[in-house]
Amino acid sequence: MSAQAGTAPALPDVAVRPDERHIRPGWITIAGKELADHLLSVRLYVLLVILGIAAVIPLYFVGEDVRSAATSASGYPAIFIYLFAYPPQGVNFGPLSFTVSSFVAIAAPLLGVAFGFDAVNGERHQGTLPRLLSQPIHRDDVINGKFAGALLAITLALAVVLAVITGFGMLRLGIVPRLDEIIRLVAWLAVTVLYVALWLAFGMLLSVVIRRAATSALVGFGLWLFIAMPFIGPLLVSLLGTFVASGATTQAEYASTVQWVARLLPGQVYAEASAALLRPTLTSVSASEIYSTQAQQQIPTLFSFDQSFALIIPHVVILFALTVGCFALAYARFMRQEVRA
Amino acid sequence: MTASPTPARAATERRVAKKGRIRQRARIELPEDAGPIVTRRLSKRYGDLVAVDNLDLDVKAGEIFGLLGQNGAGKTTTILMLLGLAEPSAGVARVVGFDPTRAPLEVKRRVGYLPDNVGFYDGMTGRENLRYTARLNGMSGDDAEAKIADVLDQVGMTGRADTNVDTYSRGMLQRLGIADALVKDPSVLILDEPTTAIDPIGVVEILDMLRTLVRERGLAILLSSHLLAQVQSVCDRVGIFAAGKLIGIGTVPDLAEQFGEESARVEVGFEGIDAGGAESTAQVLRSIKGVTEVRLPARPGEPFTVLAERDGTSAVREALLATAASRGLRLSSIREVVPSLDDIYRRAVHARGLAVESGAAA
Repeated sequence: MSAQAGTAPALPDVAVRPDERHIRPGWITIAGKELADHLLSVRLYVLLVILGIAAVIPLYFVGEDVRSAATSASGYPAIFIYLFAYPPQGVNFGPLSFTVSSFVAIAAPLLGVAFGFDAVNGERHQGTLPRLLSQPIHRDDVINGKFAGALLAITLALAVVLAVITGFGMLRLGIVPRLDEIIRLVAWLAVTVLYVALWLAFGMLLSVVIRRAATSALVGFGLWLFIAMPFIGPLLVSLLGTFVASGATTQAEYASTVQWVARLLPGQVYAEASAALLRPTLTSVSASEIYSTQAQQQIPTLFSFDQSFALIIPHVVILFALTVGCFALAYARFMRQEVRA
Repeated sequence: MTASPTPARAATERRVAKKGRIRQRARIELPEDAGPIVTRRLSKRYGDLVAVDNLDLDVKAGEIFGLLGQNGAGKTTTILMLLGLAEPSAGVARVVGFDPTRAPLEVKRRVGYLPDNVGFYDGMTGRENLRYTARLNGMSGDDAEAKIADVLDQVGMTGRADTNVDTYSRGMLQRLGIADALVKDPSVLILDEPTTAIDPIGVVEILDMLRTLVRERGLAILLSSHLLAQVQSVCDRVGIFAAGKLIGIGTVPDLAEQFGEESARVEVGFEGIDAGGAESTAQVLRSIKGVTEVRLPARPGEPFTVLAERDGTSAVREALLATAASRGLRLSSIREVVPSLDDIYRRAVHARGLAVESGAAA
């Protein structure tokens, strides 16, 4: 306050000489460097392998199922996308819903945390932060550039995995995805990137708040285990859901309440969005409606992409808002932090 | 009617008076012909702790200015404010003609900065690290490569530029840090503890390099250090910094004058004086005009310390020579002891009654 009041009148106008050099915005340079770092990092390849394995195993079994059912399924309009959204018959993996999309839902947040947890405290630890900030860039260029670079690396990684799965599917099934299916897959990729961006923003928040990279990694991966793995967080949430819904009078009301509680976890929001995009037969994401349509034994209908997308607009908005909120928190904290270690 | 507005008017007057005070406090005049770094009443408070207290600093073009003080004296805080990386609580700074708070980019475009404990991205070579800095400064292509080669050569790092920085020694990192600060072709260089954690030979090399830079490029250099003796030789002027205050400023002889002892010291050594002869020799020395005190050597064979009035030292030295010759004392050495910056610093801090607590913001 006093600094503002103190300095303002005392300054004779200094001609701000427009620099003759055309300077690229700092965040683009930083994003470029971060992207290059990520693409060369061991981290990315380890994660790609994990993600690849997570996706390919269910893919193999579903591929078998689809092949064996191919004769009866002729004429089914969206068979390719089956690969991603349906669990294999006859393979039981306990509580895990064994589909490609659910495996990606578990593994993808890892990408976000892994690329975010040491973004700022790593610079501090290396002693490069003061040097970086003394270059002619704004302070927020650092955090913006790091976010953009990491998100681009993640998008590339996910796109590669998706392309591999698609190629594998084409080989196994001998079916080429139709335009509608491709659009659905791209939209699913976009929503997945958005979900990973939430975890990336969260990882970066940790890297700003926690001074030691090892600690922030522990916190980040611990929370990932808790929230994204289907053992602990979702289990607790479903217990909480049944408790809250115990007063429900109808089955539909009960299902709806349990679903609303489950939506406290962003993973559930993502799972619903992902299901709607990958299953054209899903005409509602609301549990109570699904329940009642099941009860009515409706004739299965197929949604077009825009109809499916309309279902999940709230989900996309929620994920986007959470991401922005997380990033804003990291941003605000970073802008106020002392430069020195 | 006339009486009624009195309370309101009083309030208005108070407001005006208050405004006037703020105005007055705010109007800090900066000199017209200011050098590249000027601060007036620059202050930084962290809660109750005053890290920098009403600092007035002037650094001229083409000089090396040493900001000397213990850890926790406020040197780094001052530097961060000069770069616009910390916001002053009060006061003004003007660096290369810009206010670092209002136009940090303009300042950072023209000021090279070597942070305390500089670090680089390991996994990249020295040259790649500098290339990143060049890009952040809007330089690319052949111009940038030429500039990088040039600064690497200047700091003597060409040979190791293409090896990974995690193989570098502390001294090499420091030199790469100076190269990094020079990439943007700055007109001011700010170096925070450039000689810390470097071996003595490395220190000499770095200080020589700084001298050359000033000579060849006319840079202004502000360096901070707590190793006073090391930087004493290289600084044109020094500012003594303690508890956030600049308690002395000037050339080293100026400061010796200001904070030195009352009397000058001359050390004289004689050959062949044993413990018994020391007292009689001391008697002889005491009889010389201008000598105020003679201290016996701690061990036989070491020189006597002669204290003399400060402006009479040359006369005392001549008298010492003459006395030694006439008394048949074999003189082995005679030299005037110039107070070291460490002495000056200790005296200055003591004189101002500023005990610096370690652990305050450095």
